[in-house]
Amino acid sequence: MSGANRIPGAGRLTPAKTARFFFDGKSYAALEGDTVASALLANGVHLVGRSFKYHRPRGIVSAGAEEPNALIGVERDAARKQPNVRATVQDVFDGMKVISQNRWPSLAFDVGAVNNLLAPFFAAGFYYKTFMWPKQAWKHVYEPQIRAAAGLGVSPTEDDTDHYSSRYAHCDVLVIGAGVAGLSAALAAAKTGARVIICDEQPEVGGALHYDKSVTIDGQDGYSWAQATAANLAKMDNVTVLPRTTAFGYYAQNFVGLNERVTEHLAKPDKKLPRERLWQVRAKRVIIATGAIERHMVFANNDRPGIMLASAARTFLNHFGVAVGKKVGVYTANDSAYEAAFDLKRAGITIAAIVDSREQPGEAVLAEARSLGIEVMVGYGVVDTGGKLRVSSMSVARNGGGSSRKIAIDALLVSAGWTPSVHMFSQSRGKVAYDAETQRFLPGTYAQDCLSIGACNGTNDLQATIEESLAAGELMSNASGYTAPEKLALQGVNAFSWTGGMAGAAEGAGPDTTVKAFIDFQNDVCAKDIRLAVREGMHSIEHIKRFTTNGMATDQGKLSNIHGLAIAAETLGREIPKVGLTTFRAPYTPVTFGTLINHSRGELFDPTRKTPMHALEEAQGAVFEDVGQWKRAWYYPRAGEDMHQAVNRECKTVRDIAGIFDASTLGKIEVVGPDAAQFLNLIYTNSWDTLKPGRCRYGIMLREDGFVYDDGVVGRMAEDRFHVTTTTGGAARVMNHMEDYLQTEFPHLNVWLTSATEQWAVIAVQGPKAREIIEPLVEGIDLSNEAFPHMSVREGKVCGVPTRLFRMSFTGETGFEVNVPADFGPAVWAAISERTEALGGCAYGTEAMHILRAEKGYIIVGQDTDGTVTPDDASLGWAVGKKKTDFVGIRGLRRPDLVADGRKQLVGLLTKDPAVVLEEGAQIVANPNQPLPMTMIGHVTSAYWSENCGRSIALALVAGGKGKIGQTLYVPMPDKTIAVEVSDMVFFDKEGGRING
Amino acid sequence: MLLIYCPYCEEERSELEFRQAGDAHIARPTNMTEMTDEDFEAFFFLRDNVKGLTFERWRHLNGCGRFFNAARDTVSDKFLTTYKAGLPRPDLSTLRPATEATVETYEATESNAK
Repeated sequence: MSGANRIPGAGRLTPAKTARFFFDGKSYAALEGDTVASALLANGVHLVGRSFKYHRPRGIVSAGAEEPNALIGVERDAARKQPNVRATVQDVFDGMKVISQNRWPSLAFDVGAVNNLLAPFFAAGFYYKTFMWPKQAWKHVYEPQIRAAAGLGVSPTEDDTDHYSSRYAHCDVLVIGAGVAGLSAALAAAKTGARVIICDEQPEVGGALHYDKSVTIDGQDGYSWAQATAANLAKMDNVTVLPRTTAFGYYAQNFVGLNERVTEHLAKPDKKLPRERLWQVRAKRVIIATGAIERHMVFANNDRPGIMLASAARTFLNHFGVAVGKKVGVYTANDSAYEAAFDLKRAGITIAAIVDSREQPGEAVLAEARSLGIEVMVGYGVVDTGGKLRVSSMSVARNGGGSSRKIAIDALLVSAGWTPSVHMFSQSRGKVAYDAETQRFLPGTYAQDCLSIGACNGTNDLQATIEESLAAGELMSNASGYTAPEKLALQGVNAFSWTGGMAGAAEGAGPDTTVKAFIDFQNDVCAKDIRLAVREGMHSIEHIKRFTTNGMATDQGKLSNIHGLAIAAETLGREIPKVGLTTFRAPYTPVTFGTLINHSRGELFDPTRKTPMHALEEAQGAVFEDVGQWKRAWYYPRAGEDMHQAVNRECKTVRDIAGIFDASTLGKIEVVGPDAAQFLNLIYTNSWDTLKPGRCRYGIMLREDGFVYDDGVVGRMAEDRFHVTTTTGGAARVMNHMEDYLQTEFPHLNVWLTSATEQWAVIAVQGPKAREIIEPLVEGIDLSNEAFPHMSVREGKVCGVPTRLFRMSFTGETGFEVNVPADFGPAVWAAISERTEALGGCAYGTEAMHILRAEKGYIIVGQDTDGTVTPDDASLGWAVGKKKTDFVGIRGLRRPDLVADGRKQLVGLLTKDPAVVLEEGAQIVANPNQPLPMTMIGHVTSAYWSENCGRSIALALVAGGKGKIGQTLYVPMPDKTIAVEVSDMVFFDKEGGRING
Repeated sequence: MLLIYCPYCEEERSELEFRQAGDAHIARPTNMTEMTDEDFEAFFFLRDNVKGLTFERWRHLNGCGRFFNAARDTVSDKFLTTYKAGLPRPDLSTLRPATEATVETYEATESNAK
């Protein structure tokens, strides 16, 4: 038995295929194909949650994606807990654990329900007005308390163990929605040969055919026709049919995001399958066939469990075989609800009465009701309901007042008419237009290559929908050059065409200010709240929405927006279109972060770049640091060493003996061509004409505004060929900067630029024994000081492989940078490393590199400069060609502010206490005793313990710094003030003799 | 995500392959050193930030690598046209959207449906 309310013979599920699931720990029977909602209703469970603000008992309102109330948590394991799942769209699977939300200690007895009694204090805008004072308390007291008391489900605390996939797709025609309209359109499009994708959010296609059993198409039962049509489409090579797939966002140029739920309905999903798949579809044409959503009636206490949309009750009966009650009332302003009563009546359910607020219901449905013996109360309203955890009665009164009659019921079906789902159309930036006659917003002006068909386009009649859809499918295929071999025709027949519909408060919502006639179930917004918002001066629908939170819950007001708008318009005494409709925004229904983030998490969040020697360095015990996307060896601790000890040893070893360093991450650009030197003259501040092949020069690059952009050593390999190096972090933007000027400002220059960063492995060998280390490995290059002086470059071989060998130094020691093709990097590193260690040297990392360069006052662009530093500020004025007539930044350098006195200049700082190391970023003041706020005259840019100097050293940008050398300044810290003396920037080997050793 | 027509590759490619690169048709003066402060300010710092039709530079960074110019509507985000660097501003009166943006309306199909 799969629930007491299952009607034998009704519905489309197979009685033999059962599943068991748990709701708040209690076990229930279900059938395969059930949603959590249908399975709970089958077991007579209507109470599934508590409301957000008042903690009122709530039940299942709909049978689809629009569900505002029945939000549940689904738990697979500790990591996979999905909160706020709509019970109406989640399939049951065997062993599933479902929990109710927003209640404590239990669903039936919820302490928070006291809020319902305090409701007069919780009117719209209550939070805004009440928690204003004291100001500080909002952040620390009110907000945390309110957040804890209100709120929906709880997110899991562990990392998501599921995986998600992503796919790009292109098609001629994308059809959103696979009801009668979507399937007809897809069929017509597919027959032309166009590439078609059709998606639908439900597990099976069919849309309204799930509940409307009266439909036949070409003589076949409507639902069966839909399944057969989808099966035929799926067999075609040019068609992709995607059930369980929601089009959630419509973006520019027919780019549509689809969310396919792959395993959400499976008890034991194959681990290889993704949980969800993101489709990013670019369609030449889009057909929107998203149907319409039924609205509820707005009247007093319309939120009790057991009160639901009429179409939902029909779905539960006709698709799931579940009767939602035994004695059912109907309150409607629309013919469609009558058919729910007819279907239930024929299934043996008692219909207490159909209460119709209209004076003139549709004649056909009225006649059918009478022939079935159903009492119809025309011109009546439901003015109240009774029942605690489930509706037990409705009070019915003639429109306009008078005495009411109480009728016992256990379910109440409501319908105020249908709202066309213009979400996708509106997201495409189309403008909706209000149709006053039918009180609907319909697609008006299109902004993209799409077309709305069927109910979402305001087409009610079945045959009209079919014809419109077939024509649309063909027309949209024509746009891609496909034509139909023959005209398709389908004949659709259904029982009744529907009339009626209303928007806003029904009789019984009361003009008074205490009645709870809910518009927005999820955010607990009542008709009175909208009226209050208007009284308080909110006249724009955008303001009313925010003041009341109407339509701002996770269902985004699929049921509530039109009601809210109508009530606002009535209260304001304005036409509905004059009040305006809020914009529809993506996503149509909630999309998991997992789907959106997709593969971009953990190691795949951002690319990781490793140098060719990474594995060898790892084996040598390197600790790595992140430098942009690069992993760089930071230091190489030996047994028992902490970072500090390792770095001190590395620094000392380099200056005493020698060290080997991986400099492969340096940006490298090959600049080639007859005008290469002329190009570099324009890009760098220095002159390049005078540089001879085989020699190198340190170059500074500015932006047009005169500030330092990048720096690096450039080697001239030949008259027409330069090997340019850039900072590690600047490689990509320098390349872009050069390309920009070459392509757009200096296109007359005959030059080619090639990024070679990853083509060269670079091994720096630095220290007094550097030459001795590499000498036996190098062939064809005279390494003597005379033949190969500092700032030279030679080509030859190292370890038998080609090399560009640079004589250069970023340590102030005798140094070489061995460039070899990247693939040879590890072998050459291993050979040089072995030699280095044999002679007592060691590998050193980026931390030691930073200290060694700071000891020599070599700057790092981006650390010691910040985009507001000129070459002169950094004591690099010598690198600016004085005789040059043009280079990028030449005019910027002459701006008044850049030549003014008192600019921040780079200087050295020596702490009075040599043991104290300053903090990088610390502010500098002239007088530590001045009143707050102090005048800050600069900041520390680099600060280290220097083992070689036996004291701390620092670089800093200080206003008028070069004129303050020898003066004492102060660095105020939270616990103490540090006195420092301003010095020049060179702390070690001031004469600079070692570099030429 | 926009589709952008690269005038060098001669095809529409995804926005992901491109980077915007500021206003177009601002030529770097050849007499840099002789410019007044006011002229330099106008050349380097001052930009219009247009609402509506704007001319801007784009680079097909993850494609051919070329810089080119585009006429774009900053309100609708629509590219009206793209053209090679160095070419003059196109004649606005002849500008049509770069994509074939003929929009079918329901009214257009209605007659078809009958």
